[in-house]
Amino acid sequence: MNARRFGVVALPYAWLLLFFLVPFLIVLKISLAHEAVSIPPYTPLFDHGRLVVTGANYLFLLSDALYWRAYLGAIRYAAIATAVTLLLGYPLAYGIARAPARWRGVLLMLVILPFWTSFLIRVYAWIGLLKENGIVNHALLSLGLIDAPLRLINNDFSVILGLVYAYLPFMVLPLYAQLEKLDPALSDAAADLGARPARAFWQVTLPLSLPGIVAGVLLVFIPAVGEFVIPDLLGGPNTLMIGKILWDEFFTNRDWPVAASLAIAMLLLLALPMGLMRRFLRGVA
Amino acid sequence: MVAGFETPDAGAIAIDGADMAGIPPYRRPVNIMFQSYALFPHMSVARNVGFGLRQERLTRDAIAARVDAMLDLVQMRGFASRRPGQLSGGERQRVALARALVKEPKLLLLDEPLTALDRKLREETRFELKRIHQRVGVTFLMVTHDQEEAMSMASRLAVMNDGRIEQIGTPEHVYENPANRFVAGFLGAINLFEGQVAGSDGGAVLVDTDAGRLVATHAPLGAGSKVAVAVRPEKLRLAPTPSSVNTLTGTMRGVAYRGEASTAEIELANGRLLRVTVANTGGALPAPGTSVFLSFAPDAARVLQS
Repeated sequence: MNARRFGVVALPYAWLLLFFLVPFLIVLKISLAHEAVSIPPYTPLFDHGRLVVTGANYLFLLSDALYWRAYLGAIRYAAIATAVTLLLGYPLAYGIARAPARWRGVLLMLVILPFWTSFLIRVYAWIGLLKENGIVNHALLSLGLIDAPLRLINNDFSVILGLVYAYLPFMVLPLYAQLEKLDPALSDAAADLGARPARAFWQVTLPLSLPGIVAGVLLVFIPAVGEFVIPDLLGGPNTLMIGKILWDEFFTNRDWPVAASLAIAMLLLLALPMGLMRRFLRGVA
Repeated sequence: MVAGFETPDAGAIAIDGADMAGIPPYRRPVNIMFQSYALFPHMSVARNVGFGLRQERLTRDAIAARVDAMLDLVQMRGFASRRPGQLSGGERQRVALARALVKEPKLLLLDEPLTALDRKLREETRFELKRIHQRVGVTFLMVTHDQEEAMSMASRLAVMNDGRIEQIGTPEHVYENPANRFVAGFLGAINLFEGQVAGSDGGAVLVDTDAGRLVATHAPLGAGSKVAVAVRPEKLRLAPTPSSVNTLTGTMRGVAYRGEASTAEIELANGRLLRVTVANTGGALPAPGTSVFLSFAPDAARVLQS
């Protein structure tokens, strides 16, 4: 490898090392420390030249069912939201991929357009839409479709809605990339050989778009599990998601060691579905 | 349109007497060998070939037997478990053919089947396709832009222009007796002399053209009607001395040597260029710049009206 190529590869790796691996090691270090009333609020790694580590924070996570329930809750919300984004995103991506070439750019732009506004503002906008005297209830009431305002916010529905809304582009883009590469003649060939449209889709289009599905599912599922803004703003008192608990531990309880161990545990537990997905992907390809 | 992917603006399509209007592709007795082959990349060769039979819900054994027989026919038996990505262009083409034929369609559409192959493989495949055609007895409808391919493979040939059939017949008939200027110019090279009928003379017409008065065998035509006298390059004779009828004088411009024959370009006195094909049976062609005489027999020319 010559010097220039080394530089091209080394630079991003140096960046990742500095801003991903080092913070990760710091969090790992904090997770192994004791809580302390000091600044920062945990004991140092070395005390008078001796290494001081403890697994107590991890044991604490196991002892309190709240964390498990929050983790499973996050998985459940993320899984439902991922399934809904897939069901909505697939036809959308397929439609864009099969649209006339001159329309595709515009249609893709429309999918990406929401990113031009701050994520936080868009989630706040949903509050305005969904709240008891919000726009949706107001419209339904004035149309006479309902007699009393619907409860649309601070429940499971609004959390899933928020997740689906926020992550839909991350599903559509990889699916589009995959479907756009697909030769339309393959669908024609399936029809020509006697497959009805549904069977042609099931036997040809769907299997060939699996890599895009896997990429989209990972891109949506993983950040959705750790999401804390959406459950915080759109969720109710019963909405248990691990990202929100993590946030509370850090900033409300100021228990950094427990929060850090929670972050590490979440990372490890997220690596599991990701690893399974990758194995599945390799099996398909 | 024949396969049902597009709807005709006008006219009707009938296969074996049955009108195909409104019948979707998956219910037509037609199969296509696609130009890009369109093999399913996620299936093995055997599963590709069996795809159409699985849609008919045949038993597993029946499918396997027909797939095997078809792979034998295209000489791809040893490749049954390969994926399309592991095959060469010629092998993929055989699989595509097998996949379309295994359904025993009434009509097999071949969409420019040979264009993706290199020249040598193309020639071999022509004979191969003819052999398979005779074995299975299915009607093949082949689309091609290669006139040589069309002429060497077809038992009947249709020249299409702008969605209309200009002429249909055996390759020999269409080549020797083109119905109009488009067919004459599309199928092989041709020299056209535009002019007006001057009169008829017992089984031949006399045509005044910018290259002089030409005689061509044809039923009598009304004097003054506008026609073109068409002569194929291989029917023009190159001679050092003038002959009795249809003699043209010109200058040799250039020669393209093509192995079994040479094509010479000859410029007439009025600046028009003619093409002459001379078989290479020995003897050198006149050098460029030399004056030459050209002639053709009246029955070697065709008179094109319209």
